[in-house]
Amino acid sequence: MSATTDLVPYDEAVDRYDPVLGIEVHVELGTVSKMFDGAPTEFGAPPNSQVTPVSLGLPGVLPSLNGKAVESAIRIGLALNCQIAELCRFARKNYFYPDIPKNFQTSQYDEPIAYDGWVEIELEDGTPVRIEIERAHMEEDAGKNTHVGGQAGRIHGAEYSLVDYNRAGIPLVEIVTKPITGTGARAPEVAAAYVRYLRDLFRALDVSEARMERGNVRADVNVSLRPSPDSPLGTRTETKNVNSFRSVERAVRYEVSRQAAVLDSGATVTQETRHWHEDTGITTPGRIKSDAEDYRYFPEPDLVPVAPSREWVAELHGTLPEVPAVRRKRLQGEWGFADAEMRDVVNAGAVDLIEATVAAGATPAAARKWWMGELARTAKTDGTDLEQLPITPEQIAELQGLVDSGRLNDKLARQVLAGVLAGEGSPEQVVAARGLEVVSDDGALVAAVDEALAAQPDIADKIRSGNLGPVGAIIGAVMKATRGQADAARVREIVLERVGQG
Amino acid sequence: MGDDLTRRSAADLAGLLAAGEVTSVELTQAHLDRIAAVDGAVHAYLHVSPDEALATARVVDARRTAGDELHPLAGVPIAVKDVVVTEGMPTTAGSKILEGWVPPYDATLVTRIKAAGMPILGKTNMDEFAMGSSTEHSAYGNTHNPWDLDRIPGGSGGGSAAAVGAFEAPLAIGTDTGGSIRQPAAVTGTVGVKPTYGSVSRYGLIALASSLDQAGPVTRTVLDAALLHEVIGGHDPRDATSLPEALPPLVAAARQGLTGDLSGVRVGVVTELSGDGYQPGVRASFEAALDVLRGAGAQISEVSCPHFGHALAAYYLILPSEASSNLAKFDGMRYGLRVLPQDGPATAERVMAATRGAGFGDEVKRRIILGTYALSAGYYDAYYGSAQKVRTLIQRDFAAAFEQVDVLVSPTAPTTAFKLGEKLDDPLAMYLNDVATIPANLAGVPGLSVPSGLSDDGLPVGFQVLAPARADDRLYRVGAALETLLEASWGAPLLSRAPELSGSTTEGSAR
Repeated sequence: MSATTDLVPYDEAVDRYDPVLGIEVHVELGTVSKMFDGAPTEFGAPPNSQVTPVSLGLPGVLPSLNGKAVESAIRIGLALNCQIAELCRFARKNYFYPDIPKNFQTSQYDEPIAYDGWVEIELEDGTPVRIEIERAHMEEDAGKNTHVGGQAGRIHGAEYSLVDYNRAGIPLVEIVTKPITGTGARAPEVAAAYVRYLRDLFRALDVSEARMERGNVRADVNVSLRPSPDSPLGTRTETKNVNSFRSVERAVRYEVSRQAAVLDSGATVTQETRHWHEDTGITTPGRIKSDAEDYRYFPEPDLVPVAPSREWVAELHGTLPEVPAVRRKRLQGEWGFADAEMRDVVNAGAVDLIEATVAAGATPAAARKWWMGELARTAKTDGTDLEQLPITPEQIAELQGLVDSGRLNDKLARQVLAGVLAGEGSPEQVVAARGLEVVSDDGALVAAVDEALAAQPDIADKIRSGNLGPVGAIIGAVMKATRGQADAARVREIVLERVGQG
Repeated sequence: MGDDLTRRSAADLAGLLAAGEVTSVELTQAHLDRIAAVDGAVHAYLHVSPDEALATARVVDARRTAGDELHPLAGVPIAVKDVVVTEGMPTTAGSKILEGWVPPYDATLVTRIKAAGMPILGKTNMDEFAMGSSTEHSAYGNTHNPWDLDRIPGGSGGGSAAAVGAFEAPLAIGTDTGGSIRQPAAVTGTVGVKPTYGSVSRYGLIALASSLDQAGPVTRTVLDAALLHEVIGGHDPRDATSLPEALPPLVAAARQGLTGDLSGVRVGVVTELSGDGYQPGVRASFEAALDVLRGAGAQISEVSCPHFGHALAAYYLILPSEASSNLAKFDGMRYGLRVLPQDGPATAERVMAATRGAGFGDEVKRRIILGTYALSAGYYDAYYGSAQKVRTLIQRDFAAAFEQVDVLVSPTAPTTAFKLGEKLDDPLAMYLNDVATIPANLAGVPGLSVPSGLSDDGLPVGFQVLAPARADDRLYRVGAALETLLEASWGAPLLSRAPELSGSTTEGSAR
């Protein structure tokens, strides 16, 4: 491997080659217990605290299937317009690795619970794209290895490794697309829009919190190039664990540019898994996929087949929420946003946030102002997504409530927002801690006004004599004395009262 | 008094306890004394737990004195095969790879034994991970047959059978994947039952082959087996393959059988489980038992199960395949043995390899290699896939047979107990011991072995009864009838003819 990788500029690459995508999305289901045992699933708990003998794979244990996970998998399948299997089984995927306690993963292999579906997604400019779904199947997550003593937590050069089995056995649904063709230069956009569509769908279905930053939703992106849409599919690479929409887009772009350079040089693309590097925006080779990798799948003998009755499937079909695109149109009507405004909101990933903010008591206009203004700028500066900002819709509604009640003015509200983002607590807590409230105590304002009048007796006289022109000077002095925390309109009233003009 | 107590059946002991004629502490101590006296010679136990057993006995005695309602078997001690997980008590499955492991939880059947107030005397010896027919594959030394200490006690559950046969426990738990309860019962003159697959929870059994494993009773009488089966059986939500319905009335069926009347019961002799390969003394004992059944009013006929001839081959593909995956978890990462490579870096992969290389015995490695191969891409259909088809054919054979008859019968094992070491270097000869017991595991149907007498070599012979799935009660009725009629003809239980074990050879007593 050469030290630097040759890249073809993206526009040239897609001029010469036709990109084909395949996307595998894993979603962690938000069930209270794991896929095959009663262990809890709390995120961020101390290592190896969310485990039972079953999650640890101790000798003698057996799996018992989580019915809620099956229900969620079926609802996901239905929402993806899939067929739901009348009977399907789990299989064992056998391989040795310390993060899987049994040294096999219980997964579905050739009998997925849902198959042959499709979704229609929308690109930012409103262009619809149909994505064909190959399958959606159930499996259990692995634990997590932490490598200590090497560079940047990598296994190479590590002195030892720690294993946390809290995540082992968390229910996953893996959704696999058929090859996505015909995107041309818009492949990166399509990839990101598809993953975003699924994220929104998981939330609408209430099957997962679907928080990208927690790894609730993880995408593996397959990319291949071919000379033209009429050519057979080229050799693909699979870039693993791409965990934000922006990264999905960047990873596809990068792979297109890289593979184009490989093909231009007359070489062939190596079929392999690749790692995505968020910091540098590149992919590097992982293990090479070959026939040597044999998982020795066989039907899991410890579980009985899953046979969802048609009645149950029909019942679950009745629980499906609005399709996100339909919902957006409805919300746009309710909120009274213009088409362009709504598109910006959608593209910024702010629909859910604004809906939640409105639900918490803010007006749609105010909610949009915050999320699409100050917060959008912050997210852009930080290179992150809106939802990953450390602030909740409820807090935004609370902040707006403080403005509406006159306790904060716009300038102070922005300072409070900064405080919340800095982790100083709720808006109320930041107001209290930073002492940012608008001074509405008349006693304090009267004293400040009297002081200002006394300091500038000639101006005071002018005002007394009916010349209201210089009132602004007094107001300015009061605002300065109260460090901007006074309500200017109220100060004006007090000034006029004190000089007898009120 | 101690010797007398250890020779009584569990049902008798339960009666003595209920009548207040003996306490559980006395009973438990009598068995602990017997273990101390003879287990040095027999080596049925890998671990004896006197403190825990006596503590349970004291609690049961106190509750009885207080007038609490107790389970009928409360206070009757029991031995548990070491493949069954017991909280706080070492559990090795006969393997070095689990040496020193103390489980943090109980198998469901152990929970039920404890709930019934039965003191657990200890853990019994077995072939490593239940792979074997002689208990010679135990990593902790072989068990000896109480009838002849130079012979094998059967396997894999030789420890449980020998413990019961040598009066070191009135009851024991076994597990049967291809005959590991029934074949040891046959060669030690005891009773063993493999229940219908799903009748007894597998939660907490260290898995050998998940689709074949089933725990069951090891006893000296058929009634005792029914009593114990009712303690450990029934639905368990922790085992997805556990049957949802209640057990049929097993004890009642055994009591019905004890009347000795089998009028109208249709008994089918399996054509394919006789003839060549069956020792003449075994055949003679089997034929004599058929006469006894006929005398009890049973209608005897011959039934063909044409695919049974392929059972052994299918079994030795399915079992190693599942075992290769089930045993993958023993890798030195989380519990049990951990061996560092002798040289080179101690990466996870290399530690796993070193641990498995040192921790598993040859028979276990042999089957892991077989199973890994059989599941490999490109071979799966030819091996595992074909074996599953054979399994379906065997299930159909049973279904067709049970349309003609109520139970099927055969000798349990083709031979009596062979000499220690005789077949150790010939895996195929060893595997052939299970030729008559394996079909039941492949089909999930229940099977029982009850002594039919002694062969011309003076060693016990087992008589196997097979019934349709969920009809375990038929085993107990037919088994108890045969047992009571044979004992009447002998004038005493078969085990009374076993040689007295010297109490003095306590060399290396129970560990």
